[in-house]
Amino acid sequence: MNMKKLSVTALLASSLLLSACSMSPNGDDKAKDTKKTDCDFKIGMSVSTLNNPFFVTLSDGAKAEAKDEKVDLTVVDAQDNASKQASDVEDLIQQDVDLIIINPTDSKAVASAVESANNANIPVITVDRVSEGGDVISHIASDNKEGGKMATAYLQEVIGEGAKVAQLEGVAGSSAATDRGAGFEEVAKKGFDVVASQTANFNRAEGLTVMENILQSNGDIKGVFAQNDEMALGAIEAIEASGKDIKVVGFDATDDGVQAVKDGKMIATIAQKPTEIGETAIETAVKSLNGEKVEKDIPIELELIKK
Amino acid sequence: MSKAKTSNGLMQKLGPLFGLLLIVVIISIMSPNFLTTDNIFNVLRQVSISALIAFGMTFVILTGGIDLSVGSTLALTGAVAASLLAGGTDPFIAMGVALMLGLILGAINGVIIAKGKVAPFIATLATMTIYRGLTLVYTDGKPISGLGDHLAFQMFGKGYFFGIPVPVVTMLVTFFVLYFILRKTTFGRRVYAIGGNAEAARLSGINVDRTTIAVYALTGMLAAMAALILTSRLNSAQPTAGQSYELDAIAAVVLGGTSLTGGRGWIVGTLIGALIIGVLNNGLNLIGVSSFFQQVVKGLVILFAVLIDRKKAA
Repeated sequence: MNMKKLSVTALLASSLLLSACSMSPNGDDKAKDTKKTDCDFKIGMSVSTLNNPFFVTLSDGAKAEAKDEKVDLTVVDAQDNASKQASDVEDLIQQDVDLIIINPTDSKAVASAVESANNANIPVITVDRVSEGGDVISHIASDNKEGGKMATAYLQEVIGEGAKVAQLEGVAGSSAATDRGAGFEEVAKKGFDVVASQTANFNRAEGLTVMENILQSNGDIKGVFAQNDEMALGAIEAIEASGKDIKVVGFDATDDGVQAVKDGKMIATIAQKPTEIGETAIETAVKSLNGEKVEKDIPIELELIKK
Repeated sequence: MSKAKTSNGLMQKLGPLFGLLLIVVIISIMSPNFLTTDNIFNVLRQVSISALIAFGMTFVILTGGIDLSVGSTLALTGAVAASLLAGGTDPFIAMGVALMLGLILGAINGVIIAKGKVAPFIATLATMTIYRGLTLVYTDGKPISGLGDHLAFQMFGKGYFFGIPVPVVTMLVTFFVLYFILRKTTFGRRVYAIGGNAEAARLSGINVDRTTIAVYALTGMLAAMAALILTSRLNSAQPTAGQSYELDAIAAVVLGGTSLTGGRGWIVGTLIGALIIGVLNNGLNLIGVSSFFQQVVKGLVILFAVLIDRKKAA
């Protein structure tokens, strides 16, 4: 059997395998028509939730960039529901998109969705949260752990070492909460006395009540690190009502968060750049679809915003 | 009515109160910061929002219905009030509009259920989704802030009335008004009658449709009242506000001993039920119980309360 025949057989067999049981991760998308111009690219994007300003801004960034690059972008909203995200991704696969950008609701649960895209030979880019399974050509996110460290270090600079502090945690199990918390702990371990650490689920109303309760038992704290601005803003309402002088650092630099820093209610917030994350995702997608090599990990820098 | 039956009924009614007292005693032993005037007001203020919603839910459940849309109604009315305030509208007008909107949203539920003959669970499941969606459309998914500092509006959530937090006063006044309505008015008796046996109520000349619509409208308005307190306290309105509040409200009603099948229950129990949930939230926090384990405890308390209730009813 000559070489040519062998390779054709192998190709046929592998494509059969792929379409039949398709557990194998794809090679690259060699089968894709490389002569496509930008405006023919169809990109699907599954966002964890458009019920949160951060992801709204992120998808706005992606939409704007898609318009500039003249690619066709479809955005679907998983409403923070892992199973909805899985079916959203299936739908995008059915629509025959060229690439899928996924902003996972949950790093573990999203793996199967990524694998289905892999099996359909559609490349995947993840943003903000990683996928713990499947093949992803690039991951774009800000360095949350570094941000947690930046925020905590600044809090230390303002209220001094050894002070009593509290932490408001985000949704348990989300990588943002885990990473920001890890950054906080790394700095706080040495320099702070952490008297309370409770979850307020990234939610402003819960930030308010949890902070009120913390103040009842630990009224002598000097500072608070909140893993996002929403909780920080809730905490600030509780602190203002108590008349105490407690410094709060938030995270995310939402519009309200930045305004609170300007007004002197919050000492600082960490700006992730959601617009830039969205833009970079589209840029990377287009690059990859044009056959260029893309970085496996693209960190988007963070910025400490203070008055 | 035999005397034994009365005392049995009384025992059943006092059950939730004993439960609350037991939890209070346990938590005060474990945390010295719990039983302070400051913290009691703190708990009551936190409870006021969920209690207002649970009061409405009591009426609904007494008629044998359920209202899953209260959390979404809270979010939508809060967002509308906040955007009016941010636009410089007079606070009393903004608050009035929000309450009216709550009333209308609730009445829509009532009409769908009474006139459309849709099961309350399904009807309000649908409007829950619709109202939440409308909130997201209205707010563009972003919080509304910059409400200005109208004294009247600030007072509603953050102020004090002779040393008592205004939301607590609002909750108590509302409670007494609703208690009166339920016990002393024809409307109140109709609510019980419908829940007991809607067909019998109809045959005895009660306008079941009108009463049902009024009950859901009342619930919508109470959700709007809760929204105003929440919006004032947070100085902003969140599109995600009120998620899963319907479950807390149902839990409070059930903890208070009101039967989910309708016709049997009382609003005092709901106040106690809301307090049990509020005290648990606050107390477990004060003791420093991990937030994961807190959920387990809360679930167990609800289960325990309902099981005891079952036993007594049998």
